[in-house]
Formats: sequence, structure tokens, C-alpha cells
Amino acid sequence: MTLNPRELTRRDLLSRGAAAGTAFVVGSGYVAGTSTAWAMEVAHLKPATMATLIHMARDIYPHDHVADAFYAAAVKGYDSAEAAPMIEDGIAGLNAAAQGAGHSSYVDAGWERDRVDILRDMEKSTFFQTIRGGLVTGLYNQKEVWPLFGYEGESYSKGGYIDRGFDDINWV
Amino acid sequence: MTAPFDLSDDSVVVVIGTGAGGGVLANELAQKGVSVVALEAGGRYLPEDYINDEWESFGQLAWLDARTTSGDWRVANDFSGLPAWIVKAVGGTTTHWAGASLRFQDHEWKAASTYGPVQGANLLDWPIDPREMDDYYTRAEDKLGVTRTGGRAGLPGCNNYKVFEAGAKAIGYKEVHTGRMAINSADNDDRPACQQTGFCFQGCKWGAKWSAAYTDIPRGEATGNLEVRDRAHVLKIEHDASGKVTGVLYADADGNQHLQRARVVCVAGNSIESPRLLLNSASSMFPDGLANSSGQVGRNYMRHMTGSVYAVFDQPVKMWRGTTMAGIIQDEARHDPSRGFVGGYELETLALGLPFMAAFLDPGAWGREFTTALDAYENMAGMWIVGEDMPQETNRITLNMDVKDQYGLPVPNVHFDDHPNDIAMRNHAYKQGMAVYDAVGATRVFPTPPYPSTHNLGTNRMSENPRDGVVNAHGQTHDITNLFISDGSQFTTGAAENPTLTIVALAIRQADHIAGELSKGTL
Ligand SMILES: Cc1cc2nc3c(=O)[nH]c(=O)nc-3n(C[C@H](O)[C@H](O)[C@H](O)COP(=O)(O)OP(=O)(O)OC[C@H]3O[C@@H](n4cnc5c(N)ncnc54)[C@H](O)[C@@H]3O)c2cc1C
Ligand code: SF4
Repeated sequence: MTLNPRELTRRDLLSRGAAAGTAFVVGSGYVAGTSTAWAMEVAHLKPATMATLIHMARDIYPHDHVADAFYAAAVKGYDSAEAAPMIEDGIAGLNAAAQGAGHSSYVDAGWERDRVDILRDMEKSTFFQTIRGGLVTGLYNQKEVWPLFGYEGESYSKGGYIDRGFDDINWV
Repeated sequence: MTAPFDLSDDSVVVVIGTGAGGGVLANELAQKGVSVVALEAGGRYLPEDYINDEWESFGQLAWLDARTTSGDWRVANDFSGLPAWIVKAVGGTTTHWAGASLRFQDHEWKAASTYGPVQGANLLDWPIDPREMDDYYTRAEDKLGVTRTGGRAGLPGCNNYKVFEAGAKAIGYKEVHTGRMAINSADNDDRPACQQTGFCFQGCKWGAKWSAAYTDIPRGEATGNLEVRDRAHVLKIEHDASGKVTGVLYADADGNQHLQRARVVCVAGNSIESPRLLLNSASSMFPDGLANSSGQVGRNYMRHMTGSVYAVFDQPVKMWRGTTMAGIIQDEARHDPSRGFVGGYELETLALGLPFMAAFLDPGAWGREFTTALDAYENMAGMWIVGEDMPQETNRITLNMDVKDQYGLPVPNVHFDDHPNDIAMRNHAYKQGMAVYDAVGATRVFPTPPYPSTHNLGTNRMSENPRDGVVNAHGQTHDITNLFISDGSQFTTGAAENPTLTIVALAIRQADHIAGELSKGTL
């Protein structure tokens, strides 16, 4: 994992940062899960931008059994001097669209359905397509994510499946 | 004992590309004592180098030089810079291939006469009699160690196959089995039996699957008659004032250019690069490109009618365990126009790992309709559809003058529109594939669109009459006697079957022909 978890308590986080939606806390130079299971430093993006981007990533590819930390890892690469302007712009556009739909910001739209409506309206945009396209490998090519889907990955070093269940189902 | 040949040695046969066609041809010629220089754009990777990881392996082996796309096929939209999935390495795409090895059916050699006129299709009969191929097919099956041929046993069925077989039998299909595969079911030819690791597409780390990279290539080199130069990218074929080819210009790993002289040149760069090379070799004598008096170079590009069907069940399948392509239904391979199309198709099991499934299940899709499918990945089974597509003159490889590759040469544009026959066949196959899984209790099915082309065919096709195609029945170009085409681009029509066994059989046949002509002094 590329995350940089810090030893912060939930109370620390809440006292030092501001809530972004219900899932994230943003403080100066960091984004964290309100559960304190993970935290990530940001150097180039505004922490609130990163929190919104992580939320957007989940709304694009929502897997309820996959923790935020993996979505955070999937988009962490956008925290670079090169990518930051494009992301800040895109997220500003996302928030503007949310406001147009009567929410105070994207992450404050409580129902996924409302956020997805906002995303559908912008799905042809370069910003959306860049984020979506990047997630296909950014999210699903994380080895740590694979077991959450049952996928077992590399098998050569274990001798393949010849003696490890290549034909083990008996329900057909 | 690799033979080093001099750049100025004009007695050698130069083979361009070392995949199914070129790799086999180079070895077969070397075995007969012919001096061969094989030039391969990619590097050398052996089983110890292969990686059990879909994207990493793709980065290691795939051909990633720039290409462009056009046409109404969905690939042009979903993967606009990646029309085809082809390998750039010694051994070519035989490192990635799944190993399905099927003979053409007799009538498929004679598509034009069998199917009659099909509007918009540029159908033609192969100038080869099917009986003439019997012996070459047997030699190819023995070379590749194909299961269920020559007394070799079939592979055992993995979980993905069990689901597929049960569904097939439930809807009345009869020709269902674990396939004729170039994968050892028992130790054979100094290679071990399949260990069911499930990474056939990433290069078989056991060497259980046949690949030219670790069979034909080293065996050819061991004769002392074959030199394989890797990272040698051919840019142009040269000719003399009499119109015969004299050598090839290539760039080495450092980008330095060399001219290798040749007595005969055999082009086997797969069906996008081979016509591109002929077009890029245009000269004042051949302004439309080499061997192109018919205007057919680059045309009639075929990619097989393909698609996939994935299905989710209420029980685990774990399809990634075991051979990637683990079984076949052949009942629909026949020609039976009452189904609403000419030609036929095969259904073959296919498994993708989670990373590739995310990329290929429904490219561009997002949201819960998509993610709930992946949530059920462990309970998913899958099959691939492969059927005969119609050759069309307008489906073609052209030079895109606006985009240049790393050598400053125009890149190939791949244009493809589905023919109505392709669409009718695909819809039929989707319906049948979904019925197979529904019959064993699928809770959800996915008629999945075609991937970037793995089978690339037809762009230098064989014809009786020089007006209709680029090469004759031996793969020799109609226009230039010492220039041959030795890969899948020779295909006159595509047939329903996966092409590689036929590419290999034709390469063995071509080696017999070239060696014969050389010894007669007619080449
Ligand atoms: C994932 C996958 C699965 C497949 N499964 C099957 C299957 O089960 N059964 C089947 O029959 N087929 C299968 N195929 C298709 C099969 O791999 C190809 O049909 C076959 O390898 C094509 O042979 P070829 O000689 O035409 O080209 P290739 O094997 O692609 O070889 C061409 C070689 O030429 C080289 N080259 C190209 N241009 C140049 C140049 N200018 N200079 C020097 N070298 C050059 C390339 O680097 C490459 O190594 C599969 C393909 C893929 C990608
Ligand atoms: S499943 Fe068999 S053939 Fe495929 S990679 Fe593994 S050992 Fe090789």
C-alpha cells in the first residue's frame, strides 16, 4: 500500500480537521478516514479536493466490501504538481454541479443516487474519463484488493492448482 | 551453437518476425540445412522470465508501438490506440496464446463456392486442396503436441469447464470436450504436463504450452543454420532494378540501422505489421508498396467474429484456476444458413483474472451495474466466441501519415466495420452462450463485446489469380519471386477455428517449398 497511516485517534482527527461528508476528515496536509483506519498526506492537492476525489472514485466503482483506503490508494498518484491543476479544476466543476443540484458540495449529497446523477451528467468529460480510466488499473490492479474478490493472483510459486482445487466444485 | 551470418551474406533467407509463422519457418528451414537470419523486433523472454500478473506481463510482452483505429467496431472506441493484442518478443504471440489448435473444416477452404455470393464480402476460395493439408496438419499437431490428436490424451476439465460442459449438455450440445490444445496433458517433447496454474496468456512458466520461443527457435539455432537477432526491427525491404528483393533495413536495440542482404525474404510480422512493411517499402518502381499490383495489400483484414459470455452463479466457480481456455463446444461450427448467416463459430471457455475482467467485461462501464458483476467474480464462469468473419475490401491496414513511430515511419491505421453476417452470427452466439449458462442456473449473464484483436488475418491474402490477392498457394508473392508471406496475413478466409495450427501447417509447407526451390536453383 502506498498509504501513510498515522497514529491519530479519532478525537485527534476531529479536533484537528474538518469533516468532509461523513466519511472523511480533512486537516492541513492530510485526509483521513473518520474511522482512523487510514490517513494520507497530500502535498499538491487541497486535502478537501483529495477527499472529494476519493469519494468520486467510490461512486464510480462502488464496492461496499472494499474500504476507502483502497480508493485513496487508487487516486493518490494525482497528488502531484503536474496533475494537481487538472484535478482541482475537475473537482471544482463537480462541486459546482452539486451546488446546482441543491447540495452544498459533492460530498454533502447524502445519497449515492444523487451523486451518481451528477457524475452521469459529466461522464463524457475528459476529467471524468481520466479518473474512471485510471481507476480500472488503479483500483483493480492493487494486489491487496484481489483477495476481497476471491482472486488468488500468482500461482506458479505454489505449484499451480493441479493439487490445489482446479476442479474442486461439485455443485454442477 | 548460434550461427552468425554476415550482413553482406546474400545467400541467406531472411525471416522477419519469429512467431507462429516466422519462428516455425525459420526452424524448419534450418533443419533442412538452409541458412537463415531471423530478425525479431522484440526481446528474448523464456519461461523463467514470464510473470504471473496480467498487466505486468502485458507490459513485458505486448506490442505497444503506436497504432490508430477507425470504423464502427467498438474496439475503435474502447481501445483506440490498441486495435490488436499481439506480442513483441522472440516467439511472437505464441507466448501469449491459449493453445487451442483446430483444423479447418474442408468446406472452409472453399468459402466462396460453399457460401455463394454474400453482399459486401470479398469471398474467395483458397488455392489449396484440403486433402493436401492433411499431412501438414498432422505434422503441425505433432510439433505442437496437440491433445486429442496423435494418441495424446485430453486435458482434465477445470471448474470453468465443468460449468460449461454441464450447460452445453443440458441444452443438447453433443460435441463438447476439453479441446484440442497445444498444452501437454502428459510430459512430452522435453516439456512437462500442464500444472493448471491458469496464466496461459502470460507465457507458460512451466513450458507445458507450446511456444516457438522455447521449442522451434532454440532447436533451429542448435542446427548452426539459424541466427536469431532480437530487438531487430525491420523498417524496409529493399529491391534491385530487376524488381527482386535484395535485403532488409533494420534498426537494432540502440536504434542503429543495418542492411542485411538476402537471397529470399519471408515476412511474418503478423497481419498488421506485415502489410505495413510492404506499404512502407514503396519505391519508384513499386509506388503502391511491394507486391501490391493487385491493390490488395492491407485489405480484407479479418479478426474473427468474436465476443464473450460471462455468467454469475449462486455458487463459486473460481474460473481463474486451471487452463485459461479449457474446453470447447463445436456443434455450431458447421455451415448452416438456416441460422441466418453463413459459416459457423466455436464456443471456448475463457477465464480472465480480476484485473483484466475489470478492463474487458464492459469497457467504459461504471456504477453498480458494473461493480455488482465484479463483486460476484468468484462465482463467475466465462466463454469466448470465435467464428468466421467476412473478408471486406474496406476493412484494411493503411499508413497513417499523420502519426509516426519511434523510427519516424507512418504507423498503421486499422479500419474495421462489422459485416451484417458477423453481427447476425454474434447475436446467435450470444443467445446460445447465455442459454448454456442459464441451463445450469446462472443468476446473471453478460454478452461481452470483442476485445482488441488476438486473431489478425487476411491482409496479404492467397489467391489463384494475381488480380485477387497478394500471394500464391505457397505464400510466394505474385509480383516478386523471392518475397514470401509466412504468417496469418496469407489467409484467404478465416474459417471458424483459431488460426495458429493452420499458420504453423502452412509454414511447414512453405519451408518444404522454399528448400525445394533453393536446391533446384529456381530461387
Ligand atoms: C491472448 C491471446 C490468445 C490466443 N489464443 C489462441 C489460441 O488459443 N489458438 C490460436 O490458434 N491462436 C490464438 N491466438 C492467436 C495467435 O497467437 C496468433 O494467431 C499467432 O501467434 C499469429 O502468428 P503470426 O506468425 O502471424 O504472428 P505473431 O505470432 O504475432 O508473430 C509476429 C512477430 O513478428 C514480429 N514483428 C512484427 N513486425 C516486425 C518488424 N517490422 N521487424 C521485426 N519483427 C517484427 C513481432 O514482434 C512478433 O514477434 C491468441 C492470441 C492472443 C493474443
Ligand atoms: S494452465 Fe497449464 S498451460 Fe496454462 S500456463 Fe499453467 S501450466 Fe501452462
